[in-house]
Amino acid sequence: MNAPLPSPQATATTCPYCGVGCGVKATPDGLGGARIEGDAAHPANLGRLCSKGAALGETIGLDTRLLHPMARTGDGPLKRVTWEAALDRAAEGFRDTLERHGPEAVAFYLSGQLLTEDYYVANKLAKGFLGTAHVDTNSRLCMASSVAGHKRAFGSDTVPGSYEDLDRADLIVLTGSNTAWCHPVLFRRMAAAKAARGTKIVVIDPRRTATADEADLFLPLAHGTDAALFSGLLVHLADAGALDAGFIDAATEGFAEVLAAARLEAPTIAATARRTGLEEADVARFFDLFRATERTVTCYSQGVNQSARGTDKVNAILNCHLATGRIGREGMGPFSLTGQPNAMGGREVGGLANQLAAHMGFSPQEVDRVRRFWGAPNIAAAEGHKAVDLFAAIERGEIKALWVMGTNPAVSLPRADAARAALAKLDLFVLSENVVGTDTAGGAPHVLLPAAAWGEKDGTVTNSERRISRQRPFLAPAGEAKPDWWALAQVARRLGHGDAFAYETPAEIFREHAALSAFENGGTRDFDLSGLAGLSDAAYETLAPVQWPVRATPEGPQGTARLFAKGGFFTPARRARFVAPAPVAAAPTTPDFPLLLNTGRIRDQWHTMTRTGLSPRLGSHIPAPLVTVHPDDAATAGLADGMTARIASAHGDTVLEVRLDAGQRRGTVFAPIHWSGANSSHGRVGALVHPATDPLSGQPDSKATPVRLAPAPVAARGFLVARTRLAPPPGLLWARARLEGGHGWTLAGPSDPDAWAGHARTLAQEMGSADSFVELSDPAGGHYRAAAFTSSGALAFALVLAPAADAPAWDAWTRLLALDAVALEERRAVLSGRAGDGAAGGPLVCACFGVPRGAISAAIAGGARDTAAIGACLKAGTNCGSCLPELRRMVDEALAPA
Amino acid sequence: MSEPLVIVGNGMAAAKLCEELSARALGRYAVAVIGAEPSLAYNRVLLSDVLAGKLPAADLQMKPAAWWAKQGVTLVYGTPVAAIDRAAHAVVLADGRRMAYGKLVLATGSHPIRLPLPGADLPGVTTFRDLADVSALLAAARPGSRAVVIGGGLLGLEAATGLAGAGVETTLVHLMDRLMERQLDMPAAGLLRQAVEARGVTVRLEAHSAAIEGTTRATGLRLKDGEVLPADLVVMACGVKPNADLARAAGLACNRGVIIDDALATDDPDIFALGECAEHRGATYGLVAPAYEQARVLARRLAGADAAYPGSTISTNLKVSGVHVFSAGDISGAGAQDILLNDRAHGLYRRLFIRDGALVGAVLFGDTADGLYYLDLITNRTPIAALRTELAFGRPALAA
Repeated sequence: MNAPLPSPQATATTCPYCGVGCGVKATPDGLGGARIEGDAAHPANLGRLCSKGAALGETIGLDTRLLHPMARTGDGPLKRVTWEAALDRAAEGFRDTLERHGPEAVAFYLSGQLLTEDYYVANKLAKGFLGTAHVDTNSRLCMASSVAGHKRAFGSDTVPGSYEDLDRADLIVLTGSNTAWCHPVLFRRMAAAKAARGTKIVVIDPRRTATADEADLFLPLAHGTDAALFSGLLVHLADAGALDAGFIDAATEGFAEVLAAARLEAPTIAATARRTGLEEADVARFFDLFRATERTVTCYSQGVNQSARGTDKVNAILNCHLATGRIGREGMGPFSLTGQPNAMGGREVGGLANQLAAHMGFSPQEVDRVRRFWGAPNIAAAEGHKAVDLFAAIERGEIKALWVMGTNPAVSLPRADAARAALAKLDLFVLSENVVGTDTAGGAPHVLLPAAAWGEKDGTVTNSERRISRQRPFLAPAGEAKPDWWALAQVARRLGHGDAFAYETPAEIFREHAALSAFENGGTRDFDLSGLAGLSDAAYETLAPVQWPVRATPEGPQGTARLFAKGGFFTPARRARFVAPAPVAAAPTTPDFPLLLNTGRIRDQWHTMTRTGLSPRLGSHIPAPLVTVHPDDAATAGLADGMTARIASAHGDTVLEVRLDAGQRRGTVFAPIHWSGANSSHGRVGALVHPATDPLSGQPDSKATPVRLAPAPVAARGFLVARTRLAPPPGLLWARARLEGGHGWTLAGPSDPDAWAGHARTLAQEMGSADSFVELSDPAGGHYRAAAFTSSGALAFALVLAPAADAPAWDAWTRLLALDAVALEERRAVLSGRAGDGAAGGPLVCACFGVPRGAISAAIAGGARDTAAIGACLKAGTNCGSCLPELRRMVDEALAPA
Repeated sequence: MSEPLVIVGNGMAAAKLCEELSARALGRYAVAVIGAEPSLAYNRVLLSDVLAGKLPAADLQMKPAAWWAKQGVTLVYGTPVAAIDRAAHAVVLADGRRMAYGKLVLATGSHPIRLPLPGADLPGVTTFRDLADVSALLAAARPGSRAVVIGGGLLGLEAATGLAGAGVETTLVHLMDRLMERQLDMPAAGLLRQAVEARGVTVRLEAHSAAIEGTTRATGLRLKDGEVLPADLVVMACGVKPNADLARAAGLACNRGVIIDDALATDDPDIFALGECAEHRGATYGLVAPAYEQARVLARRLAGADAAYPGSTISTNLKVSGVHVFSAGDISGAGAQDILLNDRAHGLYRRLFIRDGALVGAVLFGDTADGLYYLDLITNRTPIAALRTELAFGRPALAA
């Protein structure tokens, strides 16, 4: 159990999930958990939290934590070692690789989950002292195209606006962003603006998402045609006289050429509609809205970024805002919504292979400047490998020593199976992790270092609006866990760089980071924390959320809400550049792989579920991996809702349960990214994703892998629910979810009742529950059910398998699992699923208040005619609101005439 | 003037028939019931409870004397019928009285089987069939005395648990490898054995009885392997055979029992038979449920209605308090798929046999509440495809 730090009052910190960066107040409960509330004083969320943030208290237990360092020699198994031994082993490995193969053979793969201080030390060690620029990060998968687009247009990686602009906009365009699920708190702000001032919301997405359900106008464009749509918009704005000629003249360059190129790509509304697969009337309506609405914010996210043409898409959007001068002013501007809590911090320190440090690149002057600042003996002078290339270099044997921190590349990278296999080729693989048992930890690390987790870490993060916030500890580190910066500095000392890494506190690191941003800056670089370079330890401790650049003023450090309203870009000419996107390319499907696989997040999970997967509430919304398919595509492939399909790309294949969704654009399918080999047998969707990347940003094209679907019928389906982690019967597909009181596995596969029975009996034997074992077997009918109880009468496990078409839902059994004891009379009915009956069940819709679908249906049947009425009687939807679209749909469906 | 209807036998079948007749054919017949036993009709199924001291004998009475009087039934009990004079349409009682009949119903039940063992006629050797047997057993049964019950079927189990309940040190010997082998599969029989042993009965399976030991009264049972089980009481409870003595003597067609057709008629159209003495389509029944079904059909026919008896699907309910055993239909497993439900902690066991998409047999142990549900499914040959998932859990809950 985590020992709470001796501070009974709430600690103000920042949520570790998406890039919204919500303020959280955490109060340790003294039992290892914490009470979590939104921080009303934090400008990002003003007290709101989404389902994931609200469940943070359920995700900080020690069950799955890595509590001490481990190391192995040769091919031996990982064994517990001291920190000293682990750090020695890591340092020796790096020294050995550097001596034998040079710095080009060393790489770091970092994470948008790291704190800025961790990131800064890792980047400094690699690029300044080990001499390798092969420092990349999972942020490459997230917003690299935005970075590249920003730099092309602005000369700097700058998000010009603030969240406040969402409150004050009259039009919000969401393109490639399922904001309602992925940035729920911002979506609530948008909804509030809509209610308060009638803000219109336009959603541009090939998929009719929960966000699209809330839109005033939904544009289900063809995959990858965003740039054509915005080029068409640029033409329309020009032809309609909606340009801001003054701004174009005073602050930009290249407009005429770019407009000419746009006229070739999308000369008219009709041509734009053809290019994008949209209805002409919808295109016209969008163009009209944009033209007529001064206060327009265009938000974009992975649908834009994760693309072979992601950078071009970003620039196509920026072009429209530059051409109308709608940038850096209240209620308007382009807005990249960042996926990760500290992707921005990583960008700031330069934790990317194509950046050096502090928004500086690899020009000779910049390299020299950073070298002098750091006193760096071996500074890298050229860009390193970006994520996909970096792992390809590992595969080729060029990179021999790798330190992975806070990320799970064996799951999340394209060609994830190849990435996982490549790890085994390393001479040295160091992994810093919070938890045990990840797929990446399965890649045979030589050294495993226990990293301090959220709630223990101490430092800063930067959100999508450039706002730096403190993550503050409210729990003592678990076991022997240490901050990542500490481990990095320890290795640096062992490699002879002790003086440059003599950090004792994160505040020291932050000051150095701020000082580097200010070093020889003089207004030439957007990223400037000069106002914070002299921050005292005490001021660091109490640092209020602040947006960079932060400069010193007589009144103290001043943050910056907006940039570029009057130009002042960071290109050499200080003018923004219009950039013509390349013409839209044909979708990369082939006759063999006729569909495009789109991957992305679901509402209640985060990344590879190492934390959100610990919350019963969060696991309940969508408990198992799936693929959503348009009904027509499903019919073509011979698939029906609930069937199992084999989905194959040129790089891998797996089987997923099909969910029909008419909101899926024809020709595309969608699968969530969250499942891994650690929590499923078949959910590693990353293994299918092709390695195509944007040529400029290097960001993977993770939303357009050509795939094919074919029925892969399973004879049997069912589930295992258990208090402890058990092995499901062999030979079945499984996905594990956390449940109240234990775990649940959804199961599917061939029918083998005898094998199931053998497995269940063995489980009962092994746990000493043979006396309470109950069993139903119908081998000829393909049914098998078994359950056993603990000595105190709680359900130890229940295994239920049936012919695929007859499989019962697990709700009746998960209810029993949540009980400390099942009454003896009830136990008689446990196999029937009739025990403990009563409460309306079904999948969880409102994760915040734990309200299942059945309860909502009952409320609607009982007269609740809108979401407010449902909220009034069940509280559902009244906290984070991310289930409101689903509630609304349920009301609509229930009230629709039959 | 009502037609005289004479019922020979005053057991449960006769009582049921009177009850049915009273509801359907009031006044049409002048009914007389002639019973050999010196008491009103009683519930034979509950004899073991009387033996165990859990019920007073009086509580077995099917109907009080006043009820019989109210129905206008002439009751003659304690006097057996000696013969049927078919030519004269009359029965002759053992005391010489004659009673004329228009219609005659034979409900003479069955005889308990007495094994032809050496010493079987010694005092202390008894059967377990009627109140007289129970009285004899109760008289002999004292705490500390020892009894051997021969027969591991319904009757033997009821006798043995009854004796054990009365404090008698009881051993049950059974020829077969499991109890109630015609009704139970091995696991259910095993559970049953545990349950009766928990009630103080020692069970000896595959035990061949060879002789009753003793000179002036029984002192034990000798088995074929020479072992002697000491006993003050030896109870033969190895089954019954139809009592067709009167019918056979009267020249009615008989096989193991009195042969009846679907109208419950013997080959004499004025003489009917029902209950354990009757043989219908080759089957004789030693259970009360078929007798009741037959009684209902016969009453309808006697009332002039059209009714036919198609035979009964047998179900067996062991009547031992606290031990719930139910068996119905074909439990041989031949050509059948089976569904098994097993709950060790609760001593619950169910095995359902399915053939051609219908339930054909069921064995329930521990919880027999759904027995009649299964019996219905078996009897009606209900297709169970749609029910299969939930079948083992019993009657579906009313639409939720």
